[in-house]
Amino acid sequence: MTISNGTRPSHHTVVAIVEDKPGVLQRVAGLFRRRGFNIESLAVGPTEFEGLSRMTIIVDGASAPVEQVEKQLYKLIDVVKVSDLTHEDAITRELALLKVRCNNVNRHELLDIANVFRADVVDMATNSLMLQVVGDEDKINGLIKMCEPYGIRELSRTGTIAMTRGQKTTTVHESEPEAIARVHQSQGRRVEADLPFSSD
Amino acid sequence: MVRMTGSQILLECLQREGVSTIFGYPGGVVLPLYDTWPQFPAIQHVLVRHEQGAAHMADGYARASGEVGVCLATSGPGATNLVTGIATSFLDSTPMVAITGNVARTLLGKDGFQEADITGITQPITKHNYLVMRAENIAMAVREAFHIAKTGRPGPVHIDIPKDVFQEEAEFEWPEEINLRGYRPTTKGHAGMIRRAAEAINRAERPIIISGHGIVWGDASNELLELSEKAQIPVITTFLGIGGFPETHDLSYGFLGMHGMYHANMAADEADVVIGIGMRFDDRAMGRFNDFNPDATIVHIDIDPAEIGKNLPTAIPVVGDVKRVLPELTDRIERRDRSSWLKWIDKVEEEHPSLEIRETRRLIPQQIVRTLYEETNGTATMVTGVGQHQMWAGQHYFYDSPRKLVSSGGLGTMGFELPAAIGAQMGMPDSEIWAICGDAGFQMTMQELAVCVDERLPVKIAIMNNGYLGMVRQWQELFYDENFVSVAVTQPDFCKLAEAYGIRALRVETKAEVLPAIQEARNYDGPILIDFHVDQDENVWPMVPAGAALSETIEMPEKELVR
Repeated sequence: MTISNGTRPSHHTVVAIVEDKPGVLQRVAGLFRRRGFNIESLAVGPTEFEGLSRMTIIVDGASAPVEQVEKQLYKLIDVVKVSDLTHEDAITRELALLKVRCNNVNRHELLDIANVFRADVVDMATNSLMLQVVGDEDKINGLIKMCEPYGIRELSRTGTIAMTRGQKTTTVHESEPEAIARVHQSQGRRVEADLPFSSD
Repeated sequence: MVRMTGSQILLECLQREGVSTIFGYPGGVVLPLYDTWPQFPAIQHVLVRHEQGAAHMADGYARASGEVGVCLATSGPGATNLVTGIATSFLDSTPMVAITGNVARTLLGKDGFQEADITGITQPITKHNYLVMRAENIAMAVREAFHIAKTGRPGPVHIDIPKDVFQEEAEFEWPEEINLRGYRPTTKGHAGMIRRAAEAINRAERPIIISGHGIVWGDASNELLELSEKAQIPVITTFLGIGGFPETHDLSYGFLGMHGMYHANMAADEADVVIGIGMRFDDRAMGRFNDFNPDATIVHIDIDPAEIGKNLPTAIPVVGDVKRVLPELTDRIERRDRSSWLKWIDKVEEEHPSLEIRETRRLIPQQIVRTLYEETNGTATMVTGVGQHQMWAGQHYFYDSPRKLVSSGGLGTMGFELPAAIGAQMGMPDSEIWAICGDAGFQMTMQELAVCVDERLPVKIAIMNNGYLGMVRQWQELFYDENFVSVAVTQPDFCKLAEAYGIRALRVETKAEVLPAIQEARNYDGPILIDFHVDQDENVWPMVPAGAALSETIEMPEKELVR
């Protein structure tokens, strides 16, 4: 069973915008360990602003009330903003690389499977091929399941990242830079919220 | 802008932050700092005898004076020795800045001599910490550290500085502004929540206020008094909240919890609206969470949003600074007569007195504490260790103003008393400071006696000497079938020990000697130690056994009544 954004029901998607400073990952990880919150996955990367990083943390909500997770995160001085995207209309994505056994006989089957999952073949050898797939947790689990009978030699998955759909953001600086807004206005363009969003 | 060394920048910044006293211990990597010290004669360095003492002294200094306490240690073992003191400060939310040196930047991470990853170690026991890698960053780190330590919910902040950063030169500029985008404590309470809280209180037949350490640190005693008096709401405090509300006031009903007053525990359990103010519904105060007064509406006012709902489900949370929130709440509260509710508590108190001190043949610690109270008229500051004597010092001395009881409540750190009393005396030179010690805890930090002598501090040291780890013995007696294991403590002759340091000492073995000894100590201008030989088998009552509910408070069993 999944909820709207493709994660498991007890899993919560928490996004923390943090100062890009040494030790910030340890502070967050240490907080989760100390308070007994289970991290299912963690992905860290830069944001649109220099000096700020974005952490996407998938928390097992069965291990702790997510409200406590958020509040405890906020207590860290280096954490600037925390958002719970679990019940938001959000896109969640992870990326996986799979090295799957194959031979001349069954390679086509695998390519068919990859095609269905819209996975890319990024490397090929005589007795294996490497697939790259992007999607939510369920989609990647589905591909893995389909590849298992052939023999998965190696699997590497990133943590999940997430972003809300539409105009709403989880970033720190909400307002559109004035210069850009002026250009939009002068050209009679509508603001982003009015544009139809494309579903993947 | 001036070019200065890292050492000069650090001391200059500390001076600008108003620091006059630092408790510290030199060592290899902080030598550049000590080398610079004579250029800053306005900052006094108090040489401790163990770094743990430095941290407790800074903590005691902060708790007694309300100012940020500062301690300093060298790298490695010096830094790790601070850890217990930093954790003590963290659990009780007291403002402290702990400074450590570390090995030079080129050696960091190479397991050099006396290297410890001390910022890694202190990260979960500090409000924030810094590893300052450039001299030009020292000023901002110090500025932020003091700001973080004393604002919002106070707490310890740790600054670690590698040796060569002390020596490095940089342009010094005092940062006038701090911009911490991840730290903006909420001080103003939500108007809607305050209104809901007021409505709940106005509807309440049996409201009770449980006030905590936040009243002390939020400097909100008067605001609390106005709220309580206007609506005739009885006030009980947590252990650390003692003194936040005058204990001799008609509406004061003592403190609650594991060794709180019987009537306070029953009142908390009987109330229809429980108003927690500047407290965190801790297990020692509330007993078994699941059975804490399940019918009560809980109103929780605290500056730390993470405390809301952490332990108990809260109906009406108000996040904000108690000093701002309470007057707004009081404005919306109706004057009401609640005499029948007050009478109910009075009756419980009458039928189950918790603070009566019985006549005994042997000397018991309660009598000593009560005599101290009567002799000092409640004006002295009691600094305690942890255990039975701590509870008796809380119970039998009555505190009418904040900062008069200094005690490690959260972490429960034995050995806190002597160094914290030294710090308290340094922070409040004109106050009468009593270190109320256990004979076991005293032996954990007694090397700091030397500091009393160095600094000529008139600290009065009272050891409640029962030859036992008293509280542990009590638990073994009550809950481990009197299987006494490793609780009898052999001791030195404390009087001879004090005298060896050049400290005056008195031994008291009978009840008749108590008053003269206390009087002599009060009249003596200098450190003095009294070794009170007290009854060995005395237990602290009332008691809520660990894991029991407040409604299951046990009073002193009859067999213990006479001894």
